Amino acid sequence: MASVSETHPANKPNPARWLVVAVPYVWLLLFFAAPFLIIFKISLSETAIAMPPYTPLFDGFGAIGDFVSELDFDNYLFLTDDPLYIEAYLSSLRIAVISTFLLLLIGYPMALAMARAPTTLRPTLVMLVILPFWTSFLIRVYAWIGILKPDGLLTLLFQSVGLFGADDQLQVFRTDYAVFIGIVYSYLPFMVLPLYSALEKMDNTLLEAASDLGCPPWKAFWKITFPLSLPGVIAGSMICFIPITGEFVIPDLLGGADTLMIGKTLWTEFFGNRDWPLASAVAVILLIMLVVPIMIFQNQQKKVA
Amino acid sequence: MAKSLGPVKRKFSPWTDPSAVPFIRFENITKRFGTFTAVDNLTLDIYEREFFSLLGPSGCGKTTLMRMLAGFEEPTEGRILLQGKDISGVPPYRRPTNMMFQSYALFPHMTVEKNIAFGLEQDSLPKGEIATRVEEMLKLVKLEQFAKRKPNQLSGGQRQRVALARSLAKRPKVLLLDEPLGALDKKLREETQFELMDLQTKLGLTFLIVTHDQEEAMTVSDRIAVMDKGLIMQVATPAEIYEAPNSRYVADFIGDINILEGTVASTDSALGAPGRVRIDCGDIAVSVEQECPAVAGDKVAFAVRPEKVRISPDQPAGTSVNAVYGEVWDIGYLGDFSVFLVKLADGRVVRAAQANVSRLVDRPITFGDMVWLTWPLDAGLVLTR
Repeated sequence: MASVSETHPANKPNPARWLVVAVPYVWLLLFFAAPFLIIFKISLSETAIAMPPYTPLFDGFGAIGDFVSELDFDNYLFLTDDPLYIEAYLSSLRIAVISTFLLLLIGYPMALAMARAPTTLRPTLVMLVILPFWTSFLIRVYAWIGILKPDGLLTLLFQSVGLFGADDQLQVFRTDYAVFIGIVYSYLPFMVLPLYSALEKMDNTLLEAASDLGCPPWKAFWKITFPLSLPGVIAGSMICFIPITGEFVIPDLLGGADTLMIGKTLWTEFFGNRDWPLASAVAVILLIMLVVPIMIFQNQQKKVA
Repeated sequence: MAKSLGPVKRKFSPWTDPSAVPFIRFENITKRFGTFTAVDNLTLDIYEREFFSLLGPSGCGKTTLMRMLAGFEEPTEGRILLQGKDISGVPPYRRPTNMMFQSYALFPHMTVEKNIAFGLEQDSLPKGEIATRVEEMLKLVKLEQFAKRKPNQLSGGQRQRVALARSLAKRPKVLLLDEPLGALDKKLREETQFELMDLQTKLGLTFLIVTHDQEEAMTVSDRIAVMDKGLIMQVATPAEIYEAPNSRYVADFIGDINILEGTVASTDSALGAPGRVRIDCGDIAVSVEQECPAVAGDKVAFAVRPEKVRISPDQPAGTSVNAVYGEVWDIGYLGDFSVFLVKLADGRVVRAAQANVSRLVDRPITFGDMVWLTWPLDAGLVLTR
């Protein structure tokens, strides 16, 4: 048998094949692994008033002995000392969990309606879901400022329909609510599309079979449709949850001074306090925190494939 | 002694009893999808414990008819009575019918056991009873050791049996089977056909089966309804359908048949009075002993099944009735049978099938041979429709 597989053309070592495989790996090495190692290195060093604002831990690979002796976990210890950081992490997770739940709540009925729509209509509906991507993300978030601010469009609308008096104003801008609105709006396509693809694949005769066996439609949803769409639910939730946890732009633009998210803290440490080592430590912890959901996601993708 | 049609399976013929009450009645059912009429003013009675087949080509409305009984479609006009009660508007989950789907429609996220238990759980039966019933069903379809498997870990035949067990678990009044054996290979299909008949007798249920496979319908059914374009062409027992089709369509749809168009030359027969009908089919004249309403001059078709046509290299002695002469054009060797295509002088082709009763033949008939085809008076049929 061995001779068969060796002579098979697909198993011949082919340099071009290696090149194809290597491209994404080289890309990840250069733009993910290497920067991450640099960040990790910075996180173990000390602050300095200099340019760049830290003392290098070691120069060149010869000084490994020095490196180990000078290894410095102070930044990590400091993160546990100051409750600000732990609170920021927890607040980020809280916002990410609530947002993901809201996204599911809004995205699932949307995806279900799309999957049940007539076949000819579906491509149009998918198109409509991805249409917002044609405008820059930043511009769309700025647009929400215009809508939500106290003298914004929504206030004007409520005043014009008589819901608000002339002096009433919407007090949503610069609160956590605005952050939730911004996040749910921005991430909705990422939730709807995986859900749609899971629901669209479902065989409709399964629901007929359930009905035939005495199961009314609302029960059939929980017994058949929902369990079978779980891969889509997990994929959509993870695709949203992971980036929301580290989200910076939305809380920065729509959130208030008390909206605590780790992305904002990170930015303040880097650019406000210019404490690169501490900021790097914050970034490393964030990544470690997200390893678990990323692994759940990967595992699910493997199962589906 | 009076002659009768074909083999008799068992003594069961409520449709001949005028006092029998039909179990299911389709009453003037019409179903339209937009401008397309799938079922056209159809009336049909099915009796309790009957094994009834709806047979026809795809698009003839047979599946629509079944889906209306299951409740997935509502008739545009007419009504469906089940045990005398109108079931229009009753949703599928409240109908005492269960269906075995063509695709089986097994729930992929549930084990075999869970699939079978699904219908019973909807009735909120006690747990213990569900377990016993599931076990009973698994035993019935011989899948005890597969209870914990998921459908994708089963073979096609096993899935088919799970689907059957699931649809039988609730002991429905009527079991609907939509092309139940279509996905199985020939051997397994034949085996399962007999298993189905066995089950039906054992459980005493009414089975309604939709199929486009005439052999399947012939094997399993008490009666068959042959459908075309939303209409029922004939409802009869398999033997009647095969031996006494009422139209060219039914004759042609079921089995192999020679159909020769012609005109009635003379007839001693009328409705209710069997007699001899002579038909001119171009150069050849044929005679049939039959009860037939056609009168002289009527355009009719003469039909005869290939296995009823004798093929011989010698001119048959005696009679010159129902004997035609031609050249062997093609031979199909099927193992148990050989089919001869014989070209007549006017170019028409008549098929004759001969059972290969012995392994060696004295004077084998081969291509180009001139042969005589003969058949008895009661072998052929006059088709007026």
